[in-house]
Amino acid sequence: MDLKELIPQKLKENFPDIEFEISDYKEELTIKLDKKRIVEVCKFLKEDPDLQFNYCSDVTAVDWAKRKNRFTVVYNIFSLNNSFRLRLKSDVDESDCAIDSVSSVWGSANWQERETYDMYGIKFNNHPDLRRMYMPEEFEHHPLKKDFPLMGIPGSLPLPKK
Amino acid sequence: MGLESYLKESGFITTKLDAVIGWARKNSVWPMPMGISCCAIEMMAVGDPKYDIARFGSEVMRFTPRQCDLMIVAGTVTYKMAPVVKKIFDQMPDPKWVIAMGACTSSGGMYRSYSVVQGIDQFLPVDIYLAGCPPRPDNLLHALMKIQDKIGKTKAAEFKNLPDLNVIQNN
Repeated sequence: MDLKELIPQKLKENFPDIEFEISDYKEELTIKLDKKRIVEVCKFLKEDPDLQFNYCSDVTAVDWAKRKNRFTVVYNIFSLNNSFRLRLKSDVDESDCAIDSVSSVWGSANWQERETYDMYGIKFNNHPDLRRMYMPEEFEHHPLKKDFPLMGIPGSLPLPKK
Repeated sequence: MGLESYLKESGFITTKLDAVIGWARKNSVWPMPMGISCCAIEMMAVGDPKYDIARFGSEVMRFTPRQCDLMIVAGTVTYKMAPVVKKIFDQMPDPKWVIAMGACTSSGGMYRSYSVVQGIDQFLPVDIYLAGCPPRPDNLLHALMKIQDKIGKTKAAEFKNLPDLNVIQNN
């Protein structure tokens, strides 16, 4: 059976209480789900013997600026055994700007979640070491948010004296 | 030829100490290669036999700032990197000179962004701004020759903030 049909079918069988939004665009399968269930779904996708999504290639986010759920966290995962790529999405609102960390499932998600936190300010619950990735630790803003000015906020990054 | 011909005739020369020191100093500029990004590749090319910075007496790229006269800042300086560059510059003994190599170091270049310092002259005293993205190796040699001119003309009395030397005397 084709993985494109197998994945939605397996997910619906194993998680009957979750609403999955499944889209197949340009040969790319994307599954959107509630952020509260992200860890158990990821764990299932990794450990199921037919699926084996054993490589998390990227975790990132999208800032929709004025939409109701402001952020969407995006996971790009890959199954080396099946040579199949899958994209998971989860909405996060600004009022509760946090999502559970999947770094317990894939070790590589650790730094990628740190990067997402640095750039968007989304907190990852139960993350082992949620520090900033790129910006200095005392920096207070999150540069990839849409309301962050391109040239930065004057004075937020101190320079050494001449 | 050179000094020897003078010595053959009279055995001595008269000159000013500033001129001798300036002459010696400008022909042995020891660079601190502050290679941060792609400009550093061109800086490495300057060291190779084709362009050969040794012709100007500057082949001793020292990777410790304590032995250097000239800092070549080659590459994009981010706000996170700026304290590091400054710290290394502070460790260089006086007198010292700075080349801002390439568009990024001179003005931020194509990185008109929150993360990149828009010109390192905001925190370093720059002597030469070098155009190009990245500059060609001969362009860096040109900058070095300009620095040599500047060093040759410098008089000891013009140096400021020089520390008093504590001469350690052995028995």
